[in-house]
Amino acid sequence: MAELFSKLAYYFQYPFVRYTLIVGVMIALCASLLGVPLVLKKFSYIGDGLSHVAFGALAIATVLKFSNNLPFILVVTVIVAILLLKSGQKNKIGNDAAIAMISVGALAVGYLLMNLFSETANVAGDVCSTLFGATSILTLKESDVIISCILSAIVILVFVLMYNRIFAVTFDENFSTATGLRSGIYNLVIAIITAIIIVLGMNLVGSLLISALVIFPALSAMRVFRSFKSVTVCSVIISVVCAVLGILISILLSTPVGATIVGVNIVCYTAFFLASKIKKVT
Amino acid sequence: MSLIACKNLKLGYEGEVVAENINFEVNSGDYLCIIGDNGSGKTTLVKTILGLKKPLEGEIVFGEGLSRSDIGYLSQRTDVQKDFPASVMEIVLSGCLSHMKHRFFYSKEEKKLAMDNLEKLGIAHLSKSCFRNLSGGQQQRTLLARALCSTSKILFLDEPVSSLDPEATKDMYKIVNELNKNDGTTIVMISHDIQSVEKYATHILNISDHSTFGTLEEFKKMEESGGNDNG
Repeated sequence: MAELFSKLAYYFQYPFVRYTLIVGVMIALCASLLGVPLVLKKFSYIGDGLSHVAFGALAIATVLKFSNNLPFILVVTVIVAILLLKSGQKNKIGNDAAIAMISVGALAVGYLLMNLFSETANVAGDVCSTLFGATSILTLKESDVIISCILSAIVILVFVLMYNRIFAVTFDENFSTATGLRSGIYNLVIAIITAIIIVLGMNLVGSLLISALVIFPALSAMRVFRSFKSVTVCSVIISVVCAVLGILISILLSTPVGATIVGVNIVCYTAFFLASKIKKVT
Repeated sequence: MSLIACKNLKLGYEGEVVAENINFEVNSGDYLCIIGDNGSGKTTLVKTILGLKKPLEGEIVFGEGLSRSDIGYLSQRTDVQKDFPASVMEIVLSGCLSHMKHRFFYSKEEKKLAMDNLEKLGIAHLSKSCFRNLSGGQQQRTLLARALCSTSKILFLDEPVSSLDPEATKDMYKIVNELNKNDGTTIVMISHDIQSVEKYATHILNISDHSTFGTLEEFKKMEESGGNDNG
């Protein structure tokens, strides 16, 4: 045990390890906040589609050799999020197909671009780390950490202020609109912060795994808790605990960060699932 | 001037006409029942008045200073709500949002209003319960309490008793009638149940190929003379 702690203490001397932990906690927190309304609105697949779009945008940004990729990816993903939402309001079936088309299309184009224009010898490695997150501990720059923290803080602030309205629009959009609440705006807010979270999370767990951070904590919490508030609070706690555990395990065992965090989330979901079954029986 | 006036309304989805030539008005204190066959456009009419969709033709005029935030709405339950983790209090409070303008959180007054409405409908003891575990009647009361938090002026009810057992149905009609008679709340209700309609309503709107609108007496006369096949 003592050996374990000294090993951790050794790693925590390095700034990039501390950065990973800070960014990991912030992203996990944001992702889980939004997860509850997204799952309840049956929007989980939008998150999944957007993460592939972010991957495509990243490939384009790499080809265009931007000094900082983040703003470009962010803008593209937010625009696609808004477009998907708008088309979803018009007709439901077309929307489902549109998301499938955009998400697979972005994935293919992204991979193609990375192959054609890559300057490094290890294309497969690059693609793999974009899709599944960095293979070992991340090499985050200080500027990345600052941007991630600022954006996360904005997401948390917006969510807390809009909490009651997000609840109302999620529970019953028709009632909200009929009584004079501008549901469109709150749906837009949800879409934009979803896009921000997905782009941020891509750094940590990669674009294929980010939607796991959004949906797993919410689903776990919903198994056991019965009010919107308790589900939201619980999913935040689950998400942060899983992220910290996942990062620590990945440091100690040199496993990939993203996959480890998702793995811990799966274990957690299983535990909550069993707990809810036992609760029902007794 | 009436509270709501509809003139030559034509309703439908993407060019397909569901109902047309709908003319009626609602005055303060009225109890209007909208009847008609399945698919005749009753729900579409209510959704159009509430601004959830646009009419194909015609106009809807709000009078007496009526605005969206003066409207309460009890819709048919949606699929999302069947498995939604929310407490009764959370749902009822959300009815207060339409009056909060730019405030983000509920004040003491709103919490009291929500509690008062729960008491009025006899479900104050359920305020902390989970919505999806309630019976059909309790769920409808919760949604009605939410509608009352958003207004006491005019309530739109879309088949409020469709999934209730006979006892809960009776209670629901009684509650709505009391709201109308004691609190002066204007009621616009979609209903299938002609017997209850004749017991409580002051006005009837029958949506069919030849939509008719009139007071209960006029409706009964028409029914007797056989002028209305749907009655």
